[in-house]
Formats: sequence, structure tokens, C-alpha cells
Amino acid sequence: MSVEGTVSKKRERPVKIERRERAVIRFAGDSGDGMQLTGSQFTATTAAVGNDLATLPDFPAEIRAPAGTLAGVSGFQIQFASEQVFTPGDAPDALVAMNAAALKANIADLAPNSIIVVNVDSFKDIDLRKAGYEKNPLEDGSVDSFRVFKVELTRLTRAALKGVDLPTRSIDRCKNFFALGMMYYLYRRPLDVTFNWIEEKFKNKPELIEANQRALKAGVAFCEATEVFEHVYEVPAAKLEPGTYRNISGSQALALGFVAASQKSGLRLFQGSYPITPASELLHELSLYKNFGVVTFQAEDEIAAIGAALGASFAGALGITSSSGPGIALKGEFISLATMVELPLVVVDVQRAGPSTGMPTKTEQGDLLMAVHGRFSETPCIVLAISSPADSFDMAYEASRLSLTHMTPVILLSDGFIANGTEPWKLPDIGALNPIEVPFHTDPETFEPFRRNLETLVRPWALPGTRGCEHRLGGLEKEDGSGNVSYDAENHEKMVRLRAEKVERVADHIPALEVDGPTSGRLLVLGWGSTYGAITSAVRRSRAAGHAVAQAHLRYLNPFPRNLGDVLARFERVLVPEINMGQLALLLQGRFLKKIDSQTKVRGLPFSANEILVRIVELLETN
Amino acid sequence: MAEATLTKKDFQTDQEVRWCPGCGDYAILSSAQQTFADLGLERHNMVIVSGIGCASRFPYYVNTYGFHTIHGRAVPVASGIKIANPELSVWIVAGDGDAFSIGGNHVIHLMRRNIDVNLLVFDNRIYGLTKGQYSPTSEFGKITKSTPYGSLDRPFNPASVALGAEATFVARTIDIHATHLKQTLRDAHGHTGTSFVQIFQNCNIFNDGAFERIREKKLRDDNIIELKHGEPLIFGKDRDRGIRWAGQSQPEVVQLGTGISEKDLVVHDEQGSLGYLMTLSEMKPPDFPLPIGVLRRIEAPTVDAGIHRQIKEVTARKGAGELEKIIYSGNIWTVD
Repeated sequence: MSVEGTVSKKRERPVKIERRERAVIRFAGDSGDGMQLTGSQFTATTAAVGNDLATLPDFPAEIRAPAGTLAGVSGFQIQFASEQVFTPGDAPDALVAMNAAALKANIADLAPNSIIVVNVDSFKDIDLRKAGYEKNPLEDGSVDSFRVFKVELTRLTRAALKGVDLPTRSIDRCKNFFALGMMYYLYRRPLDVTFNWIEEKFKNKPELIEANQRALKAGVAFCEATEVFEHVYEVPAAKLEPGTYRNISGSQALALGFVAASQKSGLRLFQGSYPITPASELLHELSLYKNFGVVTFQAEDEIAAIGAALGASFAGALGITSSSGPGIALKGEFISLATMVELPLVVVDVQRAGPSTGMPTKTEQGDLLMAVHGRFSETPCIVLAISSPADSFDMAYEASRLSLTHMTPVILLSDGFIANGTEPWKLPDIGALNPIEVPFHTDPETFEPFRRNLETLVRPWALPGTRGCEHRLGGLEKEDGSGNVSYDAENHEKMVRLRAEKVERVADHIPALEVDGPTSGRLLVLGWGSTYGAITSAVRRSRAAGHAVAQAHLRYLNPFPRNLGDVLARFERVLVPEINMGQLALLLQGRFLKKIDSQTKVRGLPFSANEILVRIVELLETN
Repeated sequence: MAEATLTKKDFQTDQEVRWCPGCGDYAILSSAQQTFADLGLERHNMVIVSGIGCASRFPYYVNTYGFHTIHGRAVPVASGIKIANPELSVWIVAGDGDAFSIGGNHVIHLMRRNIDVNLLVFDNRIYGLTKGQYSPTSEFGKITKSTPYGSLDRPFNPASVALGAEATFVARTIDIHATHLKQTLRDAHGHTGTSFVQIFQNCNIFNDGAFERIREKKLRDDNIIELKHGEPLIFGKDRDRGIRWAGQSQPEVVQLGTGISEKDLVVHDEQGSLGYLMTLSEMKPPDFPLPIGVLRRIEAPTVDAGIHRQIKEVTARKGAGELEKIIYSGNIWTVD
């Protein structure tokens, strides 16, 4: 950290500008306080400034939990930096707490000396009671180790908006932008992105434009006038790889990946879905793309959603369905049918904390074993996992490609952290995407529904409407080649093995697992899914501390990349961090007979880089 | 297409039909194959979708595209097929358990959406493939393998359920009443929207004689009434009895000629109120004849056409989608 200069216009006491490589801030308030909006505005501005970033929205399942209570606290964290960012950050450098409950819910995550901006107007007796405080934490010494800024956010916002023709209730709702203005000041961000957003959002409501813009400016002006902060922070633009970028959420990128696959394959995209947290966003996103011919079918239930997608696939569409764990469980019988009839189908599982309804808005990686093995009988599926919000684009595309070209269902694992998180996305060169060629069978002379390609074992796909290729598919075991119903013992064994081998051979069409860092040695940290960011940060920090640590990340969970066994064998120890009870570790140990050091966490939250770093160091120090 | 019109034989497959000898399904299959030929349908543009159950083997025996899916779930699969390719003629075949027990949810939502498919329910009021448990249409108190002391569930009346879901086409017919069955299938095909056809079908193994009154030639004429739009409700071997209103929604059977003429009778209206149609659907022997034929036929928007219309409208307004444009949109920035 270096003191670069001062911003002092007419003040006697100069405000110091400190330069920082990175910063982590968190907005926390009641779920009605607009914290997700505040966070996403800070993110949009920060992306525009050119920082690399990652975000973590963390909100309650209840739309409006009782105001002022711990259950109702909604949070949004962002890490931004002048270097690469892999996670939303561990401990926040600055917390905005809009009420007492928000302070109580978040204070344990803060490192000493971090900044807390509190709205003291929401620390009255009743607020304290609702938050479960017996005494005012601002007065009993419990925040002494932090730099606390007590601001009358409610009163100041009302004062700033005096004369605006809005009810007090609406004026009070602008206090989040007052707080946002303070954070813009503290981190030296421009106001124009949010100004433009306000104008667009409230196009026909001039009084709301006036109110929100005034509140934002007042937040800045308050900081300037009172010099509340001794320091402000400068986080310069990041030196990202050359390219064109936009900030994107996992759900947005996922939708774009499917639209891209539809365009590149020439197949209509058909999504069957039933609303469920945190997967509904994909339905919302895809329903916007009607001018791409996209069909979104909001079904009566999870089963109908996948059934319609499979029907559409039979008729020649790119059929996809999306849900979270509880819904995926319901879809199991249809996934099995898709495997049996060997039709393409992409099943997106945006994992959340379970079992049962669990914690719907919280993240988890608990569905890996269900995806790989969680169906009756021998029902192999291709399983892929997304590792970050922007990676959702690539993996949606890849899942579609593999399903269409191998004629078998693909389960694509995402999770709440990925779906809701955002990060800058280096926009792809559309022309460079892998082609997706789907050769529909049209020649009646050579058609048998299960006459396979000898190399890939893929059967031909003849669409209803093709003269002379009429055939019947079904869940009953069928004779290889003709597809006629067969109860023959030998044929059944042959078919079970063929279906397994067909999926196994997908490994010939996926990239090998890449190892970052040393290609052999003491320790490999191997992850899958959304742990990518935390693992990458932890590994980089451990290397900076002089440790030789390798990292690899699995995007293909079934089949595994062909070289996975070799990679594992080259390391003395393999650490696998997962947001579950050790599911990948179990698969690896069973498959490769390799001892795995499993690191697990099930708190509905992602790993912090530090947690993994601590484990890495422990492993390196023990034998 | 200048191709020779297909015959019934063209709709048969080389698969051995495996229903029990004497099963009503044979008669339905035969009439259906004949109707497909009569309608001039093209095999490659037809898809028959089924769930699980005896009736659901149907697609294997018809030489069109077919999909034998899972229990209760033919409806969503058929919906996806029709929406993905509206050019196809889509027929769903289900049993009473498939359609009204495990698949009941899908059936009412199909009717709500009015997707342009034909739903044929072979109703034998018993579970056949699982060997004789009571079904959602079995009569109250029925003794079966799973209800040795009598079932305690009241049955669904499928036509009433369909009317309750405001289906746009509701019809009934009988497995061995070939002329009527074929006409009903033609009507179903001619209707745009979900066409629901309940086919009373005898299971001669587990529920033989369940429909004796309406199936046996000797008894039939006195126990069914063939509905015709705009015509009075007359029935009986000598067509000498009819239905008139005794009070609001209170039908009564009357003898014609005893001071009562045709003009006193209820005239069937396929677009009549749901109250009227429900009254019809609840009539049954021994007190009343069972109305068969088309109970309801109305026009209403279909979701399959709606989806494609909306896609066209949005495309006309926004222009055909360009991938590059939606990817390179929003707040983008360039790093050199």
C-alpha cells in the first residue's frame, strides 16, 4: 500500500489516497433494503472501471423475512482488483450494515481494523431486540477493533431528498443509494454508470430518477463535506488478457451458451422447466430469446418439464431441462428413459444446500454422486461441471455438443454460487466455437434405429416427418440394430455394456486434464465445479510462499479425462476440496485406488481461499 | 403428395400383437388403423405416444413414428413433440390408470393448454398389466387384489374431469362399437386443440363385463345415447325414448308419443354450458342412458400455435436473433 497523493480541495485536513491491489466489500441489510441492487450497481461500475472482479450474493430464502431480523439479512460481496480475481474474497475490508441484524450476521467475518459503515438510525431499541442484541454493540465495545463509521443514513437521506414529491416510505428506500454513494467515494468510483441505470430504470418516473440520483450524490457529498474517511482507496484497472469483456452472471452465460449451441447446430432450443431456486433464472433468461426461435415451456411440474424436453428432442430440437436437486431427483425416471432410447437431452442441475428443501438460496456441491450414479439400474450419463460464472457459457455449449453428437443425456452441474455470481467474461470469438454437426438420418434403405457407428457406438437419429424411417422407441429393452423389443438375456447384457461403453468412449472426444504448476511432486489440489476460484487463489498464495503445489480442475466428471489416473499417480498427495461430504474423493478412490485427502465444508457457502491455503500448508508440513 | 393412399395394412407393423385373447384393445387397434388410412394420414407425419400399461403397447403395433415412454408421462412427451414440430399428427394412447392416476396432473394441464393432440384413454376400470388392482375409475367398493374388502375411493368420471379442466373436445365411445369409434376418432382428428376421447374397453381377464350394458348389442341401444350436435336426445332400440328437463339441471327419461314429442326434448349443444355438459356426463345406467359421442367441441387458442406465433411476432419486432449481438451487448469494454 502506498500513499499516492491527496485529494483536498478546500479542506484543512487532507484525505489520503491509498493504492490497493484489491479490495473486498460487502453490503448487508434487510432483504427489503435493496442490497442485491446496491451490490450489482457497485459491480457494474467496477467492471466499467476495468477491475477484475467476482461477486457473491447471499440472500435469504424468504422473499421478505420479518424486517430487522437475522433471518431477513441479505448480503452482497464483491472482490475487485488490479490483478486477477478468482473468488469474491474472504474477509471484507469494508462492510455496510444497514441495520443491527446486518451487523450481527456479518461481524464474525470481519478482520480487525476493517471498515464498518452502519446506519445508526436502525440501531434503536426495537432494532436491537429484533436482531437479538441485549446491548447496543456500537456502545458496548464489541466493535472497538474495527473502524466504525456511524452514519444517520435514514435521516440524512430524508434531508437530502427534502422537497421531492414522494412518500416517506419511498424516500427511505433510497438510503441504499446514499450508502452506495459513500462506497463510490471510498473506492473512488465514478457515478455515471449508476446514473445512467437510474435514468433507464425509472424512464417514466422523473421523481424516482431525481430521488435516487440525489441520494447517490448526497452520499458522496456527505463524505466530502464531513471527511468521514481519513483514507480513500484507489484500486487501478486490472491488466486482464487482451480482449473484449462484459460482466456476466452464471445464469446469463448459461443461457447464452445454449443459444449459441442452438445457433451452431441449427436445432431449435427447447427448454422444459419448472421454477425452482436457484435454477429459475435460466428460464427467465432463455424466455427473452424468442427471436432466436427459442421455446421455453414452463411445465406443470419437474417431470413434465423433462418429458416435454425429451419429446422435443425426439422431434429434432435441442431439448434441455433445468432444475435444482429436488427437481433433478424427480426427473430421474426420464433421464433413465433418455439413456435407454439414446436421445440427446441436457439436464442442468443448479445445486443448492440439501437434503430435502434444505437451504434453497445457499450453495452446495452435494449432487455429484446423484449425477454420476443416482439412478436405478445401469444408467450411465455424461456429467460435466461448470467452474465459474463465465465458464457457464462454454460448458452449456459443450454439454449440448456432447449430447447431440453422442445421442445420450448430459447432466450439467452448476450451483447457486455460480448461477448468481458474476465476473468479467472475455467474450468468445463466435467463429472459433467447436462446430456441432448433427447428421440426421434420412435414408430409409440404410435405416435401423439402433444400427451404431462402430467407432462412437452412436445410433442414427431419424426425425418424425422423415419418410420411410418410421420407428418406435421405448423404455423396454430392445434388440441392438433393429430396436425391436427384446427380452433376450444375451441381448440385454450386450445392450447394458454397449450403453456404458458408448458413454465411456466420449472420453475420446474431450480434452485431457491439464495440470497447472509442477507436473509431479508432493501435492496436487484437484477440484471440480465452483471451488475453482478458491482453489486457484489458495494455490497461487502457497506458491508465492515458496511451495511447489500443482492444481487441476475437472470439468468432465463422467467419463473422466483419459489421463486422470496418470495425473493422480504422479503426485504423492492429492487434496480434493468440495462443498459436500467428499463425493469426488469417493469416486476417485473407488476408481483409481488412490488415497485422497478430502477437504469438506457444508455451510451453504463457498470455500474461502484461506481455508484451502491452511489445508495445503498442513498437508505439506505433515507426511 | 402424389403417393397412393395408404390402406389399413400399411399401418400395421411386423410385431406380434401381445394383448390377451379377447381384449378390447384389438378392436380399438383395428378401428384406429382403419381410420388412419381413411383419413389419408401419412405414416411419417404421425407420432403415437404412450405411457405404461396394456394400452401403452399400442405404438409398437402401428407403423408410424412411436414413443413408448414412462408411466403417466406420455402427455408431456407428446406436448414437447407437437410444440417442436407442429406439422406432426400426434396421438396419445393411455389407460385409465396412466391418464387419471399417475398421469392425472399432466392430463388436466394438457387440456388447459389445449395443445393440438389427440388423447385416447382406454378405460377398462382396472389395472391390467399389474394384474388386477382397482383403478381411479373403478366403482366404489370394488373387490380387487389390492382391495379384498372393497375399495374406499370414489371413482373419477373421466369426461367430467375433462369438462372440469375445460377441455375443448370431450368425447366417449366404445371399443367394439366400430362405426362409432371410427367416427369419434375422425372427429377427434378434425378438432384443433386437445381432443379427449374416453373409450370404454373391456378387460376380459380382470374386469370382464364391466361395460356389459353398453357393449352388448342386445342391451346397448337401451343403455346408450348417441349424441349429435343440434339434435334431440333420443335413444332406445325403437328410438322412442328421450331426455327432457324435469327441472334445472335435472334430466328425466321420457317416453315419446305419450303426449311428449321430440320438441320437448333436450337438444344437444356441443358448445353448451359446462353445467349442461356436466349433467350429461354424469348420466349413466341404470337410471339414464350413457351419452356417447362428442359431448363438447369448442374453438380455443392452442399453446403450440401460440408459441410459434409469439416467436414470429417477437422476431418481426426485434429482427432475427444474431448471436454476436447478444454476446457483445451490455456494458462491454476492451483490454488491449
